Amino acid sequence: MSTAPAPALNVSATRPVPFGRTFVAEFRKSFDTRAGMWLLITIGILVSIVELFILIVSAVNDADAIYFSDFAFVPGAITSLLLPVVAILLVTTEWSQRSAMFTFALEPRRMRVILAKWLVAVCWAIVTLAMMIVVGVVVTAISSVLSPDATHWSGSSGNPNFLGFVIFQMLAMSTGFAIAALLLNTPAAIVVFFLYWYLFPGILAAIGLIGDGIRNLLDWINFQDAADPMINGDMAGDDWGKLIVSVLICIGLPLAFGIWRIMRAEVK
Amino acid sequence: MITVDHLTKTYGAFTAVDDVSFQCAPGRVTGFLGPNGAGKSTTMRVMVGLTPPTRGSVTVGGVPYAAIPNPGRHVGVLLDASAQHSGRTGREVLSLAALQMGLPRQRVDQMLEVVGLTPAEAKRRIRNYSLGMQQRLGIAHALLGDPQVLILDEPANGLDPAGIRWMRSLLKSYADRGGTVLLSSHLLNEVDLIADEMILIGRGRILAQGDKKTLLAGRHGAATSLVTALDNHALGTALTAAGFAVQPRGAGLQVSATTEQVGRVALSAHVVLTDLRDGGASLEDLFLELTSPTQRDAIGATA
Repeated sequence: MSTAPAPALNVSATRPVPFGRTFVAEFRKSFDTRAGMWLLITIGILVSIVELFILIVSAVNDADAIYFSDFAFVPGAITSLLLPVVAILLVTTEWSQRSAMFTFALEPRRMRVILAKWLVAVCWAIVTLAMMIVVGVVVTAISSVLSPDATHWSGSSGNPNFLGFVIFQMLAMSTGFAIAALLLNTPAAIVVFFLYWYLFPGILAAIGLIGDGIRNLLDWINFQDAADPMINGDMAGDDWGKLIVSVLICIGLPLAFGIWRIMRAEVK
Repeated sequence: MITVDHLTKTYGAFTAVDDVSFQCAPGRVTGFLGPNGAGKSTTMRVMVGLTPPTRGSVTVGGVPYAAIPNPGRHVGVLLDASAQHSGRTGREVLSLAALQMGLPRQRVDQMLEVVGLTPAEAKRRIRNYSLGMQQRLGIAHALLGDPQVLILDEPANGLDPAGIRWMRSLLKSYADRGGTVLLSSHLLNEVDLIADEMILIGRGRILAQGDKKTLLAGRHGAATSLVTALDNHALGTALTAAGFAVQPRGAGLQVSATTEQVGRVALSAHVVLTDLRDGGASLEDLFLELTSPTQRDAIGATA
């Protein structure tokens, strides 16, 4: 073969892919598949059914008081249950469907792809908030026509704090994302996420019953308990410290390992 | 344009790619040929940074792939056409890639037309695609960014004969316009028809490389001809009498002689020939000879 130097590729005129484009592409990936689309449609259908149910029941039963925040947090609660699956699918389908081969060939700087995906997951929490407010306003308006005396355009004391709820939702998305990155397998990641998010804090709480010393220590690990005051909007004392430490341990660590795994993984 | 330099990839004790070096020149189609599991795909994955090499390096146009800004605009890659989300439509896959590369939307329609996917087919989800359609979509994906280099792993897999012919002319004209093409295959005839340069690989090692002429010229061995006559028996007898070894083969005979020698014997024996050709150094023989120590199935065990 020839010993002449290989011709060079003129790349000087090409700009690297800006992060914004990667983000938009990844955002689109979260709903352009059949599974992703139906997950979102399912959330929409469930929200409509439950809101309709509440409207009818409160109108028929002459409920004494019904608040804007009641209507807003119904979609919030339903979404918080299903939305982490969007975060999980965003990561695991690249592996199970092997499309990571195309994704990382177009953007070899894998960290940017991972960051874009994580940001998409977090943004869905913000989309949730917007949806909660829109749905809350619309349904409250309908309710004020159906039961004008009982409907109140205000928050009820029993409902969470909006900001605290969104941050909590972001943590749930990040946890789903972290577990997905760690396992790179859709069914396993979904199962482990639900166990980790709903069951694990209960186990920690049960262990805490053994003694005060252990419970005081677990207060710094149990992210669900630590997030409670934030959701209720009454953070005080070392609550912030507990929240940050427990999130770093329970969400930050798996996330770091998951990212490390994707960075090193052989894509095939 | 593509330079593979002493590339080695090991998985534990298993060496998938063993000290492989070669170059692919612009304006030429380089065929990467080897039996299954020879290390072709691993080499190509290392090329585009999906697999880290154990030793050695690969550069494209003098740059490691990961250092190419917006690589889709310079290097078109198709490593596995089936590696797409089955729930996404064909058009959506191309649209996402166009978005990532910063290409106008019309480019997607253009490429769909180039690879012969109709708008109706492009709207279907990939789970409903045949392997041939997936392959066409993959080629559209590789061509989308108008790259100067194409790296294609088994691109003809699943294409029908018309599709294979189409792809051959597509890649040929791409190379004629100065593009660099590296394509792998385990099908010899496919590479034989399209490649200007060939790299033969077996068990992770390069067995031979060069253009077809060089490869065949380097092969020693006595001349053999394949001949078919109206009266094979008479020709066989005449050839044996002339001192050449004759073996029946297919509808005719295989003779250890040059075509000229066979023709002269036929002339003097007054036998009408219907087919006479050089059956000696075929690429297939060379391929099997070189890869036989590395083949899964022993050849020649049955006569």
